[in-house]
Amino acid sequence: MNANLFVVILASAIYYGTPLLFAGLGEVLTERSGVLNLGVEGMMLIGAVCASWTSSRVDGPGWLVLAIAVLAAMLAATLAALLHAFAVITLRVNQTVSGLALTILAGGAGLSSYLANVWGLKDPVKHQFAKLDVFGLKDLAVLGPILFNHTLLTYLSWFLVGMCSWYLFRTRAGLHMRAVGESPQTADAMGINVVRTRYLHTLVGGAFAGIGGACFSLSIVPTWQDGMTAGRGWIAIALVIFGFWRPDLTMVGAYLFGAFSSLSLTLQARGVKISPQFLDSLPYLMTIAVLVAVSGGWAKRRLGAPAALGVSYEREER
Amino acid sequence: MIRLERRSTFPKWINWIVPVLSITAALLAGAVLILATGNDPLDTYSRIVDRAFISSGAFSATLIAATPLLFTGLAAATAFRMGVFNIGGQGQYFMGTIAASGVGLAWGASLGKAVIPIMILAGVFAGAAWAAIVGALKAWFNTNEIITSLMLNYIAANVASWLIFNSRSYWRLLTGSGLMFPQGKRLPPPSDWPALSIGPLSVPFGFMVGIGVAVATWVLYRHTRFGFEVAIIGDSPAAATYAGMRTKRKVLSVMALSGGLAGLGGASDVGDFRHILDPKGLGQSAYGYTGIVIAALARLNPIAVVFVAVLMGGLNNAGRALQGPDFPAGLVGTLQGMVLFFALGGELLVRYRIRWGSHRIEQVGAAESGAGQS
Repeated sequence: MNANLFVVILASAIYYGTPLLFAGLGEVLTERSGVLNLGVEGMMLIGAVCASWTSSRVDGPGWLVLAIAVLAAMLAATLAALLHAFAVITLRVNQTVSGLALTILAGGAGLSSYLANVWGLKDPVKHQFAKLDVFGLKDLAVLGPILFNHTLLTYLSWFLVGMCSWYLFRTRAGLHMRAVGESPQTADAMGINVVRTRYLHTLVGGAFAGIGGACFSLSIVPTWQDGMTAGRGWIAIALVIFGFWRPDLTMVGAYLFGAFSSLSLTLQARGVKISPQFLDSLPYLMTIAVLVAVSGGWAKRRLGAPAALGVSYEREER
Repeated sequence: MIRLERRSTFPKWINWIVPVLSITAALLAGAVLILATGNDPLDTYSRIVDRAFISSGAFSATLIAATPLLFTGLAAATAFRMGVFNIGGQGQYFMGTIAASGVGLAWGASLGKAVIPIMILAGVFAGAAWAAIVGALKAWFNTNEIITSLMLNYIAANVASWLIFNSRSYWRLLTGSGLMFPQGKRLPPPSDWPALSIGPLSVPFGFMVGIGVAVATWVLYRHTRFGFEVAIIGDSPAAATYAGMRTKRKVLSVMALSGGLAGLGGASDVGDFRHILDPKGLGQSAYGYTGIVIAALARLNPIAVVFVAVLMGGLNNAGRALQGPDFPAGLVGTLQGMVLFFALGGELLVRYRIRWGSHRIEQVGAAESGAGQS
């Protein structure tokens, strides 16, 4: 393959994979604690619309506005996650249905669209995340575009991958949290607060999904469109399965999906005559293919999901 | 603190109180939202009711809006009954419209009204086939049906969009204004489904078919061996397997049934009101997702789906008619999402009693130990 094309595809895979990575990482944390949150798409969109509003309407130096915008996205998505957490942890609603409800409530035809209309978000956002030139190395052959020419959000996501891996597998709190996801009864008997652990990680998962949404409205699609994430929240959930609930593999998966998402634009820019609808379908086809590959047989048994994933915990029924 | 106790008996009033309470709660929460964004909730709601049910022609328009939702609601209810979460109603609906419009274009002129049953069959078959992909993957590869069916929604939308915007397909109008603006060919008039007029009210043919289908599914799930097995598998897959039921095949057939119902909705979309393949218009709809809300609110009862679909159809119809600066798009979707959330919360009333205060056994224990000390 042409080395130049390869670099372009890899660099844009990272660019388009970044929101997937944030949302996927958040979902890894949530699911590791035993809560399945299918509301990722809704949380991303709520985050995206709040980031978009902040960036357009708050005055101040660009870096400060962007920081506030990301925080606003995190806060809004955390609130959305709180709704899910309350429903499934306190009220013990079926986790699948509650997550779906969250996406329907907050998603492309719901609250995110309503807020965008009420706030009149029609123009491109005022402040966007620019691609950085880290250490002045962006023009370095091959490695420059791949490693040193991304937005701050991408570098933040790399940092978070490391943090999450360390937290999950190298700290006591991470161990406790995994125990809650594997066997809440045992964890409870050990004196770990199951309810608090699950709330906390569902909320953090929401905050991460919010940053993922902010990636869209502050960088990838700077003008608001209803449903701008176009199913990326669902792909993020598939990514978690693909990555066997591990942050590092989730990162690999995110960039693989990012590559497929960007293929359409990259190839069209080079005049390749393939129908854009076919190329746009690739990430979705690929998600199905990946799910088939990792769902059956040995993969599931050896590296399976947290044992208590999707099961409400009732102390009385121990 | 709130405490939950499992119910051992299920009073009859619960079937009614849950939907009524959840809609009321959603309206209240919606009122807070409307107020917070600077509009008058009472005015908004009264306009919704007016445009949905009262003003002249409103109810006929509501029935048209309710027809697609009736089918997607039935589709969701049939699958959810067995604990199979078919979120792909939207894509299956798309496939139904593609197949039915193809058939209508091909034979509408030559067969006359006889084309209508063929359109129905084509829609059912296409939706069922699209959903069978999900069912087969779930049954034999153990993939998560939620994600696969959802991914197929996006792919179906791309297929429809390709047929009209990026190919010289049979569905596309390639003469006149179609050369300037890509659009679908109008189906020949004999393939338009007839509407039944009752006084001033006009009932779409698809809606009547939908009522028939709702009754049929109710009978199927209530009075046949198939329905019994579906209920058992839904409650306990392990018990069903142990009893010798073929759960894999059942997953496939329930998915196909569910998809077929959504596809029938697609056929009615073409026959009852759109009369062309219109990917843009379909893309702006959220029939498949609203169907899930409807199924949940109807507590998966096919007969109740009919009534809830009319209610939600009214909301959609009013939302479309009223859309403007003081009635932003997305409000209807938000209200529907809230209804769904409150309906889920309401299920709590079905399964649990709510008690206030701390655990009674602990209190008794404390009192006894206190008595022992004195």
